[in-house]
Amino acid sequence: MTIGIVSYGAYVPRYRIKVEEIAQVWGDNAEALKSGLMVYEKSVPDIDEDAATIAVEAARYAMIRSGVDPERIGAVYTGSESHPYAVKPTSTIVAQAIGATPNMTAADFEFACKAGTAAVQACMGLVSSGMVDLGMAIGADVSQGAPGDALEYTAAAGGVACLIGKNESEIAAIIEDTYSFTTDTPDFWRREGMPYPEHGGRFTGEPGYFKHVTNGAKGLLEKLGTKPKDYDYVVFHQPNGKFPTKVAKSLGFTKAQIAPGLVVPKIGNTYSGSCLMGIAATLDQAKPGDRIFATAFGSGAGSDAFSITVTDRIEEIRNRAPTVSELIKDPIYIDYARYAKHKGKIRRS
Amino acid sequence: MASVPRFWRGIGSRYNLEGTRCNECGEYFYPPRNFCVNCRRVGHIEPYKFKGTGEIISYTVIHTAAEGFEDQTPYILAIIQLDEGPRLTSQVIGNPENIHIRMRVRSVFRKLGEDGEGGMIYYGTKFVPEHE
Amino acid sequence: MRDVAIIGVKNTKFGELWERSLRDIVVEAGAGALEDAGVGGKEIDSLYVGNMSGGRFIDQEHIGALIADYSGLSKNLHVPATRVEAACASGGLALRQAIMAVASGYNDIVIAAGAEKMTDVGSEEASSALSAAADREWEGMTGATFPGLYAMIARLHMHRYGTTSEQLAEVAVKNHKNGSLNPIAQYKNRITVKDVLNSIMVADPLHIFDCSPITDGASAVVLAPADIAHKYTDTPIYIRATAQASDTIALHDRRDITTLDATVVAAKRAYSMAKLRPEDIDLVEVHDCFTIAEICAIEDLGFAEKGKGGIVTANGETAIGSRIPVNTSGGLKACGHPVGATGIKQAVEIVTQLRGEAGQRQVEGAEYGMTHNVGGSGATAVVHIFSRER
Repeated sequence: MTIGIVSYGAYVPRYRIKVEEIAQVWGDNAEALKSGLMVYEKSVPDIDEDAATIAVEAARYAMIRSGVDPERIGAVYTGSESHPYAVKPTSTIVAQAIGATPNMTAADFEFACKAGTAAVQACMGLVSSGMVDLGMAIGADVSQGAPGDALEYTAAAGGVACLIGKNESEIAAIIEDTYSFTTDTPDFWRREGMPYPEHGGRFTGEPGYFKHVTNGAKGLLEKLGTKPKDYDYVVFHQPNGKFPTKVAKSLGFTKAQIAPGLVVPKIGNTYSGSCLMGIAATLDQAKPGDRIFATAFGSGAGSDAFSITVTDRIEEIRNRAPTVSELIKDPIYIDYARYAKHKGKIRRS
Repeated sequence: MASVPRFWRGIGSRYNLEGTRCNECGEYFYPPRNFCVNCRRVGHIEPYKFKGTGEIISYTVIHTAAEGFEDQTPYILAIIQLDEGPRLTSQVIGNPENIHIRMRVRSVFRKLGEDGEGGMIYYGTKFVPEHE
Repeated sequence: MRDVAIIGVKNTKFGELWERSLRDIVVEAGAGALEDAGVGGKEIDSLYVGNMSGGRFIDQEHIGALIADYSGLSKNLHVPATRVEAACASGGLALRQAIMAVASGYNDIVIAAGAEKMTDVGSEEASSALSAAADREWEGMTGATFPGLYAMIARLHMHRYGTTSEQLAEVAVKNHKNGSLNPIAQYKNRITVKDVLNSIMVADPLHIFDCSPITDGASAVVLAPADIAHKYTDTPIYIRATAQASDTIALHDRRDITTLDATVVAAKRAYSMAKLRPEDIDLVEVHDCFTIAEICAIEDLGFAEKGKGGIVTANGETAIGSRIPVNTSGGLKACGHPVGATGIKQAVEIVTQLRGEAGQRQVEGAEYGMTHNVGGSGATAVVHIFSRER
């Protein structure tokens, strides 16, 4: 059976803040941060945007690209670590806003930065089992970085929706297989009721990101018997520019393979949207027959690897909705005070 | 800002621009009406989902906000004529300097408001310049 | 139907009346109007009171009963009292209900009062209460404010007819000048066009000085059948027309947002009933909740060609002593706008003028006067025409 991406849609808010602007508030060295993180600016939500509105905009673009009847969607799963409600699903908002309700199921996912790909895997399972015709998987975040924390330089806003189906004529990118690697590794967390996450500093690197991404990627390559050179593109979770570049190199992928999907330098880490944003940016330019290897990472910790082959259908649907590069052009730069207001870091009494 | 049931019963209209149309006289209604203003009792109202594109009839930039909208000032409020004909009042997201009468706009999904930090969040439709 | 006359009038002071409650000011207005008419309690057949939002402003409904009680009309006399609500047109509508009660023959002596106590809540809550006169679900919930709605009227009026911010400001300048001559006015200070344009922007293009204030105040008039009016007063003023019209609750649903069709239709009905034309009217109190509202009103009532309201105002044609004096009381802008009272206050001003008792702001030789009271952004309009001679 063939399972794949029938359509996809991305959304990135219009506002940006530059690393320099944040650094001057905290007395940090902006140049050192930029070269260390390979991140130059990050997206900031508008005052009336949150993970739900971003998820809806991304899902609507996916619906426009697909042209399918929304009533065919049997499941909507939204992954985020910034769901606007602690209790009450984001996914019902999305499902209603794309016209998929009421004969369907919905739930919210959370697995740090890989909740979106976890939703993709859940949809793949439901679709391949025949439980649903189409499933909508979304990763969307307005991620939180505490004032002055290192994460404040990268915690960004954005989202991507993937419509998963098994009707071959509708599939724009076949997902050949997926593989996950999961352990209980507390490298990053946010307790119930707390506004900002905490993290283990450098502990998030080797025991967190690198161990899980490497094992997830290797696991899938071994399972499929493929090698890095069999792929035209590769995407890794991009908390910054450095981590995916480093892991790509250690696994034997080239800079050319990673470049098209590396969007983090201009928009920051969109958390649950991050790896999917790289996949979307790659699909925006891939040709039929191209192969894409992708591995998402979520703190806590786990990785989801995917092997994808683009079909002829991509050419038909690609330009029906904005590409990632179209979405991120023409940003509006804001200062730290405005950013703090947009993020609710300062409030009117 | 609103009671939960009062908002909930209009979710279809607020999220998806679901309105109505009288198939007796052909007039479209948004916000929806269940009684045709032209045909009255002989009208036949049916549901209609608007495309979400239109143009600005008039607008203002609000500096003194309505209660609950204080954090958004200055915000653009406009009367928008949808391409199917009816007019509605909505915020337009954009630079007040660039807004003008007859400007083309399209709908987007945004937060309309919330009942404080612990209450219900109200989502719905706002507009942006068509080519943004 | 019987002809109806006004035999007594009274306004309280308008303004921020911190030491006085709603019942205090209504009693003052009501008792004052009865004293002016020389009418005793036993003669009163009914009471109508215009009040927009006692529930929001003072957390008090059942305003009719409250006022009858504190006016001494309940305990022994049991006079029927009815509250009338049509947002900012509540007062005008209370007058119209009272006129119909007398004209029909059901009642002889009727009090029409209007009152609003707005300063017991903060200005934000007061604005929120006022915005309930618009469509709460489809205007209010989008962040619309009343200045915002009128600003959109102003924007299109400027775009279409070339009306300017300076012309809007001239309305405020004139009304402040008139207010300075009115002892009850909230604002008696004179202002300049520059003052208006330099005041803070509320909803572009409307500045704070383009807006009417939040005001406490009460007004009352006493009505009687014209045939017996001379029994009470030497100077009865006659009702020549009472007219009312409705339009869509939301501004966006109007045929044309720069014209208040309810005003046009109510005026047409009133002129027809009175067998008069705009040229016959000597002065008019119009509903200038915002400066643009006066511009639209003088156009829609027939005192200026459509689109020329700004020019007519800037030319001074609406000043006391000119072609058609508008808002000699100072209007809502300077006299103040206690929403439920405004429609009655307008009638008090016209009666005072037609009696020749308006002092420094007197319009000489006035025979016919008109009032124009609007609810919301124009969903209700009430127009009355009054005359000195029967």
